[in-house]
Amino acid sequence: MAVTDRVRLQGPTGGSTDDGGRSVRRLAFSQRLSRWDVKVSPYLYISPFFLLFSLTGLFPLVYTGWVSLHNWNLIGGQGKFIGFDNFAFVLGQPYFWNAVGNTVSIFLLSSVPQVVLALLIAAVLDANLRARTFWRMGVLVPFVVAPVAVGLIFNNLFADQFGLVNNVLQAVGLDPVRWHSDQLASHLAIATMVNFRWLGYNALIFLAAMQAIPRDVYEAATIDGAGRLRQFLSVTVPMLRPTVIFVAITSTIGGLQIFDEPRVFDQSGLGGADRQWQTLTMYIWELGWGQRNFGRASAVAWLLFLMIVLIALTNFLLTRRIANQGDRS
Amino acid sequence: MKFPRKLAALSASAACLTLALSGCGADAPKSSGPSGETGKEPVTLTIATFNEFGYEDLIKEYQTLNPNVTIQHKKAATTNEARDNLTTRLAAGSGLSDIEAIEVDWLSELKQYPDKFVDLKDPGVEGRWLDWKAKAATTDDGHLIGYGTDSGPEAVCYNSSLFKAAGLPTDRESVAKMLGTTWDSYFDAGKKFVGAKTGPAWFDSAGSVYQAMSNQLDKAYEKEDGTVIAADNPAVKDTYTKVLNASTKENLSAHLSQWSNDWVAGFQSQKFATTLCPGWMLGVIEGNAAGVKGWDVANVFPGGGGNWGGSYLTVPTQSKHQAEAKKLAAWLTAPEQQIKAFTAKGTFPSQVQALSSDALLSQTNTFFNNAPTGKIFAERAKAVGASPFKGPKFFAINDAMQQALTRVDVDKSDDAASSWTKFLAAVKSL
Repeated sequence: MAVTDRVRLQGPTGGSTDDGGRSVRRLAFSQRLSRWDVKVSPYLYISPFFLLFSLTGLFPLVYTGWVSLHNWNLIGGQGKFIGFDNFAFVLGQPYFWNAVGNTVSIFLLSSVPQVVLALLIAAVLDANLRARTFWRMGVLVPFVVAPVAVGLIFNNLFADQFGLVNNVLQAVGLDPVRWHSDQLASHLAIATMVNFRWLGYNALIFLAAMQAIPRDVYEAATIDGAGRLRQFLSVTVPMLRPTVIFVAITSTIGGLQIFDEPRVFDQSGLGGADRQWQTLTMYIWELGWGQRNFGRASAVAWLLFLMIVLIALTNFLLTRRIANQGDRS
Repeated sequence: MKFPRKLAALSASAACLTLALSGCGADAPKSSGPSGETGKEPVTLTIATFNEFGYEDLIKEYQTLNPNVTIQHKKAATTNEARDNLTTRLAAGSGLSDIEAIEVDWLSELKQYPDKFVDLKDPGVEGRWLDWKAKAATTDDGHLIGYGTDSGPEAVCYNSSLFKAAGLPTDRESVAKMLGTTWDSYFDAGKKFVGAKTGPAWFDSAGSVYQAMSNQLDKAYEKEDGTVIAADNPAVKDTYTKVLNASTKENLSAHLSQWSNDWVAGFQSQKFATTLCPGWMLGVIEGNAAGVKGWDVANVFPGGGGNWGGSYLTVPTQSKHQAEAKKLAAWLTAPEQQIKAFTAKGTFPSQVQALSSDALLSQTNTFFNNAPTGKIFAERAKAVGASPFKGPKFFAINDAMQQALTRVDVDKSDDAASSWTKFLAAVKSL
């Protein structure tokens, strides 16, 4: 305290030059430096992320908001300022609400079975398998395939008249499913593509978390006479809760932004003749690149952002509550 | 070593600067200027196309003829990819090639921004193209934004073995006579075919038939001043009703959605007997129907002539070598070169002179029973009337219409009336 006071008093302009003063100043400067070091450096160390984020994340976000308040053509550029008209227009569109419904439906159909199945697969991979690395790498293979390629392949499988799935169904005497006309059927087909791609990825995350569980817990459980199923339900799953929360949130964000798979589900890419599988991102694409109306597309983009924040928050609160309850019992 | 050279350059430009007033400036453009017409300076031009334009050999040839020009060719795999690329870079104001190929259907939108494209009007190319081809790329005040490359005159492709099974004539002259020149006569022939109950349908898809019919309407969806008339235009409603009558009531349609996997598979399983085909469709049919015998082309098109597709070469004002790019575009779209592109990749020419060339007229197609396709499509191209007016909202409205047809014809989730109501709602929301 005293040192800093003296430094302040002398300052750069108080250039008195007796020896004692100089040595104090040197000491004070290096001390000041180390104080800065403690105070500022941590922020400097984490700043690259935030600088990068504000450049590539925050700026587009804010700018999209700016665009959404204007008439804005893709080629023609900025037009009149019209306030919240774009939002009002979009919220009044049946296609918008249809897209919201489709997005949530596809998201639920893909995320819920995905987390459950990924947990099971991870449990199997965690066991003592022969050629363990081979199987573990194997589940990641679908993730490496480009989503559009997955779409094209599954599109062939799910073709209405000459697709493999319907051929098999008919061979065993069932009615063919109208994959491209029934809303629910189309959602199922798309969810299958998503699950195919993301299952292995999530399974590996679960597997990594499982391996961090201390083995003596399992030993204790075995001594207590717990079987494999019991161990899975009472030891593995509860100890994986933080990872489950992580996977749930990331798959929420990814699931609500789903685009590639439904986009390539037919040729025109608008989500079917009756918009059976048009998701919100596809609606943004239709408004922006189909109708060239960037204002409205940006409005939908912002609504989607708010929706994701809202759902991610509820998701977080819910899973945390479940986790807390688990601790109490 | 470096310094003196730099110094020399510096003093030279300084000298030029001082001389600019007295005449050095007058000489300068010739040696360094993009505006120089002779263009002896080395120039690198970029050209962006999509699918197959058949330009590979032509580009080599041009480089041999003009040793100072280096050409970089970028090829997009699909038209959608090229269109997204073009519009985003137009919006960004940079990044386009010196020559950008565009499709006929994008014109309506691009013509709204003529200042983004160099006016290519030139006495040297006047009268080069079929009237409707050049007119489609000309704005109201006479700004020509693109040089026509190929075109898509339409004929009727048919599967003669299915015709034979149903007891209809099979040689292309009698088929043309039977199909007649109106849509009604085309549908009547279809009723006869389906009446024989041999199994297959008459045409592939309500959407593709509507596509051809609406391309013959003068102003389908919009007026020149931008007002949307799609909902009130009786011609649109009539066409819609007529197509759906034929496809559902008369059951002439195979109920496939064009370009879907089922449609592609439909060629192999011979689900339909006819399909409306522009010249470029022959390659598509040959690919999809590989191994199927009996496909042929009839020199006729219901309702007069029709054009579907075809492209243009534009020079964006972003280009730094506009004069050189214009010269290259003009050369590539000259009749002689277009004939070479046609022999390379089958892109059917839109140039008047090319249509009477021997190389074109002697062209036959073995897959289509050795049909004289060159001669047939040259005649079909001459039959094309005025090109219909397509306004800026054409794409969106046409998408909505195709979906309305698909709901009834393919999905069968709506009847014609309720699907029309949904179409009206979709048009209103644009």
